[in-house]
Amino acid sequence: MNDELVRGVLAGQRRAIARAISLIEDDGAEARAVLTALFPHTGRAHLVGVTGPPGSGKSTLVNALALHFRRQSPPRSVGIVAVDPTSPFSGGAILGDRIRMRDLAGDPGIFIRSMASRGNLGGLAWATADAVKVLDAAGFDLILIETVGAGQAEVDIARTAHTTVVVEVPGLGDDVQAIKAGILEIADLFAVNKADLDGADHAVMALRMMLDLNSGGTHTVLHHGRLMTVAGGQESQGAGEPGWRPPIFKTVASRREGVAELAGAILAHRAYLEQSGNLAGRERERAAAELEMILQQESLRRVLACTDPAHLAELIDRIARRELDPYTASQQLLGR
Amino acid sequence: MSDKKIRVLIAKPGLDGHDRGAKVIARALRDAGMEVIYTGIRQTPEMIAEAALQEDVDVVGMSILSGAHMALFPKVMDLLRQNGLDDVLVVAGGIIPDEDVPALRQMGIQGIFGPGTPTDQIVNFIREKVQ
Repeated sequence: MNDELVRGVLAGQRRAIARAISLIEDDGAEARAVLTALFPHTGRAHLVGVTGPPGSGKSTLVNALALHFRRQSPPRSVGIVAVDPTSPFSGGAILGDRIRMRDLAGDPGIFIRSMASRGNLGGLAWATADAVKVLDAAGFDLILIETVGAGQAEVDIARTAHTTVVVEVPGLGDDVQAIKAGILEIADLFAVNKADLDGADHAVMALRMMLDLNSGGTHTVLHHGRLMTVAGGQESQGAGEPGWRPPIFKTVASRREGVAELAGAILAHRAYLEQSGNLAGRERERAAAELEMILQQESLRRVLACTDPAHLAELIDRIARRELDPYTASQQLLGR
Repeated sequence: MSDKKIRVLIAKPGLDGHDRGAKVIARALRDAGMEVIYTGIRQTPEMIAEAALQEDVDVVGMSILSGAHMALFPKVMDLLRQNGLDDVLVVAGGIIPDEDVPALRQMGIQGIFGPGTPTDQIVNFIREKVQ
């Protein structure tokens, strides 16, 4: 059964791809066997993360980017994984990203999968990276990963994708927002979407100023309420790594404006990663982060498997009554 | 971390834009702990069958108020079968005259829920049918 599923995925059969992703989402030993079989066939696709606040137009931008890559010559096949939040109360979810992706219907070179975050807080689901591996093994050239609407701290995508596009919209905040830690730091590319709205130029300038603070190049400063550019010292450097300054694009995704330029920059970033040797470094970071996550889950699973649920409940009760601290309790559980 | 969720596709085939009912159902299923893929209005039978395939759903729910159900539902059922999705539970809602119900059941639409159906009834129906 699993062998058939693996063969189906490798042959690009859509039903097999869909079944394999479900198996992975629901976890278990079978899923691990499938992933083990698929793993040697992964690593070919370029993984692009698209993140940004709710309502910034991520799904519309993913739709426009996918259309662009399909219409290029030669066309590239595109897999899409779109994550929306799971309700912390009911465990249910409304996954609405397909609403904005109707232009992609009927194209055999496209595969769209919606995914609920199922309690994970980093902007992706636990299963997202593994679902991406299924699409990678199935032969998709590009995989677009859309995060849940992300605020400032949902930065898991940077550990999953090769290229991270951070989507901003005009009017979200001043230049101090732009120098806060978090989501802006993980961008390889910026898209200021809905750029037909007022304030788009200001949003671009605020981002540029943030990037300038990271570099020794020219500085854009706010001086008596006016944005001014002053010369700096050394070669300009990017937020993430030396040698790449994240470019900023104004887009109107609903009208596909600026999308060709953004798509071109995604491919340019891939070329940069390959030529600079940074791709290998990123792959290694990804491997380290993934191994750590799997170890965490597996260790937890093993500890819980050999713990009497009644004993666990009793420990929890004692912690809640302040009779026992959680550090001692966890040492007790691990020590047995 | 590891639990099986019921996945439901909610789609509106045809050209009417009355999506309030579909949204109420989507919300009720979410509150019942299901994962609802909501595709919105003006879905062709091809789009519905394709989404059901890619999303590997357990249930397809369609809402239609334009009167085109006897034209569109058979197409959806055919395409689902062509995609190998014979085991998917199909339910429908909207304005569907009583005299059409036997024919719709005949073609494999197991649940038909008209206006005013309590959402609990739909939730329970889905839970019972999807083990």
